[in-house]
Amino acid sequence: MNLAQWQEGFRDWLTAGSDAFGERAWQGLAVYQNNYRTQLVTCLEVSYPQLLRRIGEGNFREAAIAHIDAHPPRGWTLDTYGADFTDTLLAMFPANPDLHELAWIEWALSEAFVAADSPPLAREALWSVDWDVAKLRLTPSLRHRAATTNADDVWSSLQEDAASVPDGEMLAAPGGLVVWRRGFHSRLRKLDADDYAALCVAYADGRFEHLCEALVSRVGEEAGVARAGALLADWIDAGIVVGVDDRVA
Amino acid sequence: MVTPPPTFSGYGLGLRKEHYRDFLDGDVPVDFVEVISENFMVDGGQPRDILRRVREKHPVALHGVSMSIGSADGLDIAYLRRLRALADDVQPLFVSDHLSWSRIAGFSSHDLLPVPYTEEALAMVCRNIDMAQDVLGRAMLFENPSSYVAFDGATMSEWEFLAEMSKRTGCGLLLDVNNVFVSASNHGFDAHAFLRGIPADRVRQIHLAGHTQGPGLLIDTHDQPVCDEVWALYRTAMALLGPVATMIERDDAIPPLADLLDELAIARDIGMRHQEAA
Repeated sequence: MNLAQWQEGFRDWLTAGSDAFGERAWQGLAVYQNNYRTQLVTCLEVSYPQLLRRIGEGNFREAAIAHIDAHPPRGWTLDTYGADFTDTLLAMFPANPDLHELAWIEWALSEAFVAADSPPLAREALWSVDWDVAKLRLTPSLRHRAATTNADDVWSSLQEDAASVPDGEMLAAPGGLVVWRRGFHSRLRKLDADDYAALCVAYADGRFEHLCEALVSRVGEEAGVARAGALLADWIDAGIVVGVDDRVA
Repeated sequence: MVTPPPTFSGYGLGLRKEHYRDFLDGDVPVDFVEVISENFMVDGGQPRDILRRVREKHPVALHGVSMSIGSADGLDIAYLRRLRALADDVQPLFVSDHLSWSRIAGFSSHDLLPVPYTEEALAMVCRNIDMAQDVLGRAMLFENPSSYVAFDGATMSEWEFLAEMSKRTGCGLLLDVNNVFVSASNHGFDAHAFLRGIPADRVRQIHLAGHTQGPGLLIDTHDQPVCDEVWALYRTAMALLGPVATMIERDDAIPPLADLLDELAIARDIGMRHQEAA
């Protein structure tokens, strides 16, 4: 057995408890196996603290074990382990989109926390912009997804240790969830359907003109243009838009 | 052959988030701090800002846990490049990792798994160290890990492996005195033979930590103060090695900073006594 085969056998012992090493060294090997599983469970607990509180220790542990068995870690950093935990939640709790969205919120907040820095944009930088060709640069910390439940309210209540946490509910009308970082603080916001559609357009190609067209098509000419201007001002102040390029390539 | 790692003989602590505020706001009496490299190999945000501000006050050693220098299928080049970028930014005192492996065939255990002390493993480890030092543009230090299994096929002792590894690659050694104690207890070898067997001129840094008694084995938990037996071993190491950068490494059950500074004062006292006697 060469070194590679030996290490693959060790991996099989860790992940599946294979009998590659027999029983002679079980006591020492058990230390490694315990370290492996404990570390991954702890990693998921740290990444999803409010989901843990929401579903309880027993359910969380069951989900964590199922996830570890189905998704052995592959990245060099534990920070990325748990990125696909939502897949496990989808399988275990298929009728609970509130839990899937709660997990997404927690993961997005963690990612935003260590995303690349982006200095805020001063409004003065916009005075001479040619808006017909302007492309918005969004913060690299921005994450977004469709919202169908009140998971953001649930997360906020749990985060603030509120006396009562709302039950998970479907939204009357779907919208969007947005996570980003301003300074060193990760932020979460729910958008209505119109604003979320506008953000998706901005995220896709950055063209302010296309953002305006999207809003005009949803709410009409006058309201759409006004909304686009208001959104741009808000996103600059919030640190979502961090640059505007108006040079034609 | 790479330029040998620098020498430095101060006393330091592992920087942990529980003590960030102490280090940022105060004047903590340490000669250097050590950080876990991977915690700062991120694109941006508060961790990198904290590291930059601490670096303005103290020399920083980068200590990694994910290089997997013993992997039979080589190193992760993307990991090395990220580490290089961090090192270029921090200008660290040392860059270190462990004589262990964690990754094979796309799987990553995130644990410091033992390397069999064989010629095949030695050749593989040395090839990997050469590559790492080449990408990083500097000599690294490698630490002796605690281990819980030994292998029938081993053809050399751990200290013979470390000595030959250092000789072939020019890397330095990070001597974890607690790990020597834990492994010696678990495998029944003589800890003093280990200390006598490693090349003294290659040791650039020392870790002191605590461990826990597990079922039939000592476990390297880093959640306890340094025990009397490890302090005794540190005295022996000081007599053999002379002044070497020494730090307390605590990773769990983190106490107030003052407690760790008290432990560090013991190490400093031992080091000073040996220096005076020399």
